[in-house]
Amino acid sequence: MKIRVHVSLKNGVLDPQGRAIHHALEGLGFAGVNDVRAGRLIELDVADSVSDEALDEMCRKLLANQVIENFRIEKVA
Amino acid sequence: MPFTAAVITFPGSNCDRDMAVAIEQITGGTVHRVWHGDAELPSGLDFIALPGGFSYGDYLRSGAMAARSPVMQSVVAAANRGTAVLGVCNGFQVLTEAGLLPGALMRNAGIRFVCRDVPLVVENSQSLFTARYTAGQRITIPVAHHDGNFFADADTLDRLEGEGRVAFRYAEPVNGSQRNIAGVLNAAGNVLGMMPHPERMIEPAHGGSDGRALFESVLAGLNVAA
Repeated sequence: MKIRVHVSLKNGVLDPQGRAIHHALEGLGFAGVNDVRAGRLIELDVADSVSDEALDEMCRKLLANQVIENFRIEKVA
Repeated sequence: MPFTAAVITFPGSNCDRDMAVAIEQITGGTVHRVWHGDAELPSGLDFIALPGGFSYGDYLRSGAMAARSPVMQSVVAAANRGTAVLGVCNGFQVLTEAGLLPGALMRNAGIRFVCRDVPLVVENSQSLFTARYTAGQRITIPVAHHDGNFFADADTLDRLEGEGRVAFRYAEPVNGSQRNIAGVLNAAGNVLGMMPHPERMIEPAHGGSDGRALFESVLAGLNVAA
């Protein structure tokens, strides 16, 4: 089973990397970019027997730091 | 019993020797060097230090992998029993990731790695780690970090301030930290995390010795023979 875990910064948490990317896009001449937030995509290949609860626990215990980050689990196939 | 300390080394730690030397020189005690894969700590420890560096290459998040390494379960257990624990720089990141301290350390607001001496204000001079300083004292300690931008939500910050758990504050903006917080204590007061490196400021050859009082405070506070 292919799993994608999307980790993103919570609203209100300053994202210096996103801001730098935004600045670089503007430097390249791209207009109309209002905001950039950088996150992380983690792809897992897990056995079909792995439960939703276990996936959730993986995110809570390691893959995301819930002080600053949200996560979303996507089952690809 | 002589003062007994442990310095934990993770793959990628690079301030572990400096930390061990500082503890040895200032406390005159015994310092055990402990590898991250060790499941058990030496017995009879008064003090555990998590050093600076780039444990596990800062993979995933700074300190995230180290916080889940075997030895950290023993460190968390020791901290919960009241053993004094100091985390400096990457060690601070590890302590937040391990849940021993609140908040998180994010990328510096200015994006750049910051490596320089910074002025600090001692906010709490009543703690185990700071009793040899005076409240409001300005000291100079070096920082060297990319991820030192302390973040916690407003309620947590208010609670930390209200409970006297902000040990050190930057006297000027350094990395975007909320309320210029440079070091925080846990609720029980036996765990301190800080981004500046006191072990790099312990003798005149370092450019100053403002870091000594931190280790002297721990030695005096634990009331064990040197």
